[in-house]
Amino acid sequence: MSFATTQAALQPDTGEPNYLETAHTLRSWLLTTDHKRIGILYMLSITLFFLVGGVAATLMRVELATPQGDLVTSTTYNKLFTIHGVVMVWFFLIPSIPAVLGNFVIPMMVGARDVAFPKLNLASWYLFISGGAMALWAIIRGGVDTGWTFYTPYSTLYANGHVIAMVTGVFIAGFSSIATGLNFIVTIHKMRAPGLTWHRMPLFLWSLYSTSLILVLATPVLAITLALIALERAFGVGIFNPSMGGDPLLFQHLFWFYSHPAVYIMILPGMGVVSEIVSCFSRKQIFGYHFVAYSSVAIAVLGFLVWGHHMFVSSQSVYAGLVFSLLSFFVAVPSAIKVFNWTSTLYRGSIWLQTPMLYALGFIGLFTIGGLTGLLVAALPIDVHVHDTYFVVAHFHYIMVGGMVMAYLGGLHFWWPKISGKLYPESLAKLSALFIFAGFNLTFFPQFVLGYLGMPRRYHAYAPEFQLLNVLSSAGASILAIGYLLPLAYLLWSIRYGRDAGPNPWQATGLEWTTPSPPPKHNFVKTPVVTVGPYDYNTEDAEAQYRREKEAYVH
Amino acid sequence: MSTLAIFQLLPDRASDIGRSVDFIFYTLVAICGLVATGICLAIVVCCVHYRRGSPASRKEPGIRTLWVEIGWTSATFLIFLAIFIWGAVIYFRMSTPPPDAVEIHIIGKQWMWKAQHPNGRREIAELHLLVGQTVKLIMTSQDVIHSYFIPAFRTKQDVLPDRYTVQWFTPTKPGAYHLFCAEYCGNDHSRMGGWVYVLEPGDYARWLAEQQPTESIVAAGERLFTARGCTGCHGPNSAVRAPPLDGIYRKPVALSNQTVIIADEQYLHDSILFPNRDITAGYEAVMPSYQGALSEEEVMQLVAYIKSLTAEKGTRR
Repeated sequence: MSFATTQAALQPDTGEPNYLETAHTLRSWLLTTDHKRIGILYMLSITLFFLVGGVAATLMRVELATPQGDLVTSTTYNKLFTIHGVVMVWFFLIPSIPAVLGNFVIPMMVGARDVAFPKLNLASWYLFISGGAMALWAIIRGGVDTGWTFYTPYSTLYANGHVIAMVTGVFIAGFSSIATGLNFIVTIHKMRAPGLTWHRMPLFLWSLYSTSLILVLATPVLAITLALIALERAFGVGIFNPSMGGDPLLFQHLFWFYSHPAVYIMILPGMGVVSEIVSCFSRKQIFGYHFVAYSSVAIAVLGFLVWGHHMFVSSQSVYAGLVFSLLSFFVAVPSAIKVFNWTSTLYRGSIWLQTPMLYALGFIGLFTIGGLTGLLVAALPIDVHVHDTYFVVAHFHYIMVGGMVMAYLGGLHFWWPKISGKLYPESLAKLSALFIFAGFNLTFFPQFVLGYLGMPRRYHAYAPEFQLLNVLSSAGASILAIGYLLPLAYLLWSIRYGRDAGPNPWQATGLEWTTPSPPPKHNFVKTPVVTVGPYDYNTEDAEAQYRREKEAYVH
Repeated sequence: MSTLAIFQLLPDRASDIGRSVDFIFYTLVAICGLVATGICLAIVVCCVHYRRGSPASRKEPGIRTLWVEIGWTSATFLIFLAIFIWGAVIYFRMSTPPPDAVEIHIIGKQWMWKAQHPNGRREIAELHLLVGQTVKLIMTSQDVIHSYFIPAFRTKQDVLPDRYTVQWFTPTKPGAYHLFCAEYCGNDHSRMGGWVYVLEPGDYARWLAEQQPTESIVAAGERLFTARGCTGCHGPNSAVRAPPLDGIYRKPVALSNQTVIIADEQYLHDSILFPNRDITAGYEAVMPSYQGALSEEEVMQLVAYIKSLTAEKGTRR
């Protein structure tokens, strides 16, 4: 089946072994500089961390099914939510799409043979797993109970546990982020194929470029902040200690100055994936390409200006609160534009509801809900009430899990044929997507209600009238867990037993689809030349062709 | 308020400001609900109507997309601005305690809340309030950052060590309401709470009469002012030159570093515990620090006493 696209010509098949077949030794994987293999190394690592963070969440949700703290002790519970936050944020979400899909796809999408600095790329993976190993060691040795936010003076003066080891693990992994961001920026600037101008770049590249700017600029602030915690704990320096003239609030400013842009590191790549999927499975040019492209840049820039909205009740001044609230409303505008543009792309499209499209559409719906609740928390009087309650927990999980994780799974399914050369089982995949969607909503929607009722977060035991909503949430979590295990199983199964995919099973535009699946080690035999913009689908022709082929098949 | 129920959907509302907060919240929920439903509906309708193989037209609409973009961007921006302004107005009111509010002192420590009423009456993990009486809480922590949260009042404020933070409310409905610590503070964070009892005048009078405290906060402060040697320098016949404290509360104070500071509770607290932080212009830095010698409660009592000193020498407000 071929759909009408003006696509760069398919690369000639020279019979070269693909990147998976070039060598089979462990050494060839652990010392690879091939961006595709590095992407897979990241994929395996973050899956492991996702399981660790997921186990912590499971134990938490089981505990929270009853109001009393009867499954684990308070200290253990506090360690569990810390582990969940630290691992999920820094060892799963931040690397996920950039380090897995970005590494795999970006060089192919720009028409290059690899990233700008392949050895730095490998080094970034080693930094990541070193940091991760340190964090896992801290967990195994007893963990930390400060919360992933490490607020002072609790974390510096009062907390027991392996705080220094944990922050060191995150500190090291931060350099992995910086290296990855740097690599992507240079690759996108300097290694685009002839004819691939900025305004012909697929939106995934715009998103990852914006993400990389944040990675490079914000992560050093985190590094310094974590180093200060370690110094304070080890040497009693007093920066955050009020009785020595220090200011515990300074920590919050430093921490959130990184951690707010960090949430945009987490969501922008997901938005890029959604743009790719929506246009491909609508057989249509994305609506408002320039607006979507520049909205990514706007989010990256504005994202640096809103950190104080995490601190409205922290005792920062009323005027600071007003400024941060106003800017937070501003940063919501580009996200809204994206949602409108994606939805408009569907209009008069030729829609093919394959699994990646289900995930992308799920993203749009759930991100919209999460983003709208962001408006609620940006409004000062509402935030005073819901700050540090389950309302905020629900808000960010709608964006991080309902948005980001679904985008990651969507992108994984979309590019799976290119990565593995195989097709995953479509019906089972669709079923899993629905499981995840249902389980997710059941888990997190009740938490909005719980939050407005006043149930604080990080609570091991809670008031009895909150129980029913907590039980619903825990029930949802069990469905969600099953939903996540299914793709793990069938994607692995497809590597061995899946049907061969061919170069372009989705008939998508984009240079990565002109290579064989899986591609050879250096991606392109002939340098591709780009003559048209991205998503150059002709919807009417595509629809007509589909109807013709359906007729032919039936008869 | 139903401690026996296992299910509740809408929170109790028991404060004056709570009405404004609920109004903006439920309005925004309705608007956002409509937008979210609209988007989801648009997606579903498009996916059905334009699923491949359907007979719908796929012709390009031929409209100028730039105007559509500018249109919905501007509309979004203006709506967001309106929401911000609405919220800001309410927030401003929430942040401006009325000058005649009754002041109750709150001290948080791992893992309990202590309160002291102006007449000296102390409470632990509880707060008894008179319905309709505006109250301002002056709060500090003895250790880590906590947060004093009364969901039914829709108010919350972090409580920090060596810092005074404030929240105010006017309770409007008698009842028993949860008090929660809302900033993670360690082991028993989830048990650091209690109950706020809003009482009708008769019940409140009965509660007051139950326990006769020995001295009011201001009287305690006055006692400490003499007992701990403050009068040695700040008293009328002192040999040491020290800044006079009569009428100092809320007045500007010129400092030795050429700035001017307003003498609020935080300034008074810091002057006692960290006297070298803000030196009054024209005075030597000879005041000893009382850090470690006074508890946070005692500091609060001293601050309350100093606040009560009016400009006329010797008289009190």
